[in-house]
Amino acid sequence: MGTYILKRLMIFPVTLFGITLITFFVMKLAPGNPVATKMQAAQGLQSEALSGEVYEQTLKLYGLKVDLPKSYENFIAWSTKIIHGRDSKESPPFTRKALYEIGQATFQYITWLKGLAQLNFGSSLKDFRPVWDKIKEALPITLILNLISLFIVYFVSIPMGAYSALKRGGLWDQTTMILMFFLYSLPSFWIATLLLVYFAEGDFLGWFPLGGLTSDGAEVLPWFQQLGDFLWHLVLPVIAMVYGSFAFLSRFSRSVVLESLHEDFVRTARAKGLNKSAALWKHAFRHSLIPLITIMGTLLPALLGGSVIIEQIFNIPGMGRLAFESVLARDYPTIMAIATLSAFLTLVSLLLSDLSYAWVDPRVKLEQKSL
Amino acid sequence: MKLSFRNILKSLWQRKLPRLSLILLGLLGLMAINASWLASSTPLYAVYQDKTYFPILREIWPLNHLDLYPELQSIEWNNLDKKSLILPLIPYSPDDYDLDAILEAPSLKHPLGTDDQGRDLLSRIIHGSKISLSVGFIAVGIYVSIGLLLGALAGYFGGKTDFLLSRLIEIVICFPTFFLILTLVGVLERSLFYIMLAIGLTGWTGIARLVRGEFLKLKNQDFMTAARTLGLSDTRLIFYHLLPNSLAPVLVSATFGMASAILIESSLSFLGFGVPPPTPSWGQLLSSARGFMDMAWWLALFPGLAIFLSITTLNLLGEGLRDVLDPKLKRV
Repeated sequence: MGTYILKRLMIFPVTLFGITLITFFVMKLAPGNPVATKMQAAQGLQSEALSGEVYEQTLKLYGLKVDLPKSYENFIAWSTKIIHGRDSKESPPFTRKALYEIGQATFQYITWLKGLAQLNFGSSLKDFRPVWDKIKEALPITLILNLISLFIVYFVSIPMGAYSALKRGGLWDQTTMILMFFLYSLPSFWIATLLLVYFAEGDFLGWFPLGGLTSDGAEVLPWFQQLGDFLWHLVLPVIAMVYGSFAFLSRFSRSVVLESLHEDFVRTARAKGLNKSAALWKHAFRHSLIPLITIMGTLLPALLGGSVIIEQIFNIPGMGRLAFESVLARDYPTIMAIATLSAFLTLVSLLLSDLSYAWVDPRVKLEQKSL
Repeated sequence: MKLSFRNILKSLWQRKLPRLSLILLGLLGLMAINASWLASSTPLYAVYQDKTYFPILREIWPLNHLDLYPELQSIEWNNLDKKSLILPLIPYSPDDYDLDAILEAPSLKHPLGTDDQGRDLLSRIIHGSKISLSVGFIAVGIYVSIGLLLGALAGYFGGKTDFLLSRLIEIVICFPTFFLILTLVGVLERSLFYIMLAIGLTGWTGIARLVRGEFLKLKNQDFMTAARTLGLSDTRLIFYHLLPNSLAPVLVSATFGMASAILIESSLSFLGFGVPPPTPSWGQLLSSARGFMDMAWWLALFPGLAIFLSITTLNLLGEGLRDVLDPKLKRV
């Protein structure tokens, strides 16, 4: 048990390091120089007009160029001399260029990592605001949306699956299974679009707002009306987000409860004279809550990923839309920040769910080998 | 029962829903492969100046790269005598606009209606199936190959190799898949190949974990000890003895993977990161329908149904395959 936790915790920084490494170098390999593109756009497509001085300054500002330390410069000069027998600054030989690029990439990466440690993700190429400020605005919105969705998914699908397990093969079991199967295959962007057209301010049923999170002038309302307004805006996006997970979780809960219904302790409870539903809710269900809670760790990343489309369609200023807009604008610092941050969050939630599983169910330590 | 492709197909065929899904998938595949002559305004057969031609050949890959019938280049088919022509089943190409037939509701002439430029929706959906299905097959093909290779290496060699590959899997799992794909596709230029590649490069982790697990399980079984005693090489052990025995769960996972690849492609097209126009794709059809929702319900309904149908079919097939290949799971 102790070694399992220790092992997991020791692997954590290794994986985290890998995440930053991949994020950085994938973005490094991306074609096109975002700064040059921005500056050309600002100056009306005159690439010659990019004066060397200003260009260098801008590159440095966005961490796309760093001053190499003196010792590394010396190292370049030294190795070039050894390999080529000379070191001319005018026409740099291949070795010099390659070593320079490698040095640039390494030191840029180190600078970026140092920034990450201080939650300094640089500033956005799109509107020149600090990336961290933008994330601080967007993250709570997405978290609220996801927490509400997660709560609803659990609240609906666990009892549904448990009941299916109890009345296995019955009418309820079969109809929900088919219904869930179809719900699972419905593309969420299609449903979101249809919901918007038929239930938001349109020609059909104008029950809900078209998008966004607050109505105009909602700031002056008392707090409970503000809350009501906020929830009213969330109805359609939450519906579009949850229905796909219903299928997944209700099936999962069905199979987990079915499995525990066959356990010895449930049979004992039944033999004592408990009726079937008491045996289900008091014994089998409690036992099966463990895997149901630990699976949250894997469900959360999926919901976070799904919010890109939903937030875009419903015009919700959360992480998903920030992600979409930064990809659209090729805003590299923001893309890198979002990728690192969400990978980090996922890693933490996977770790927590693994650890809680090991804590609740001591048998897990047997799986150490298949870490 | 020996687990061969034929046996699997046979036992799928014996079940009701998997049989239905096999039939539907077959029809979808036929539609995609034959799209170029099912829906086109180029005649199948034409008589022009007392000579017979098969102009449709010009549209069919790979013949479209040849300069067939140079004398027919500038002919307006509509001006010819209708008796001397045989037109395809849906006599509209996906890009044939007709400004007299804008936003027409479904009718006999246009079975699924027309869009804002008078293009036939059915023809566009048929041609869109090429994109969806090819992304499904090729993207999943890419990631199954990567997953098989890495999973096999990790499971077979264990130790350091396993540790490093497991970390790599863990890292890739941590990135939100859709965002990663969106970034890759958004940063590179827009093309079908990059979409397939992006889905392929991000989706292999599930397969790799499955194969690794199967290898760990199989590695110490008697048949492996026997094979090792014979002095077979690592390559032979991996590819002839272990891999064929661990393919069953991969097949199930790949079928579900195809459904999700189709979903991802249509989501990308919906967000405007799909294949560049004029090639129609289902997601892009849905996205462009958004502007006309209150006037033309068919524009949003039918492409959505097409996506839904193909995803359901593949999921059904996956379920069926799982039942056939894994009797253990069926019990629950």
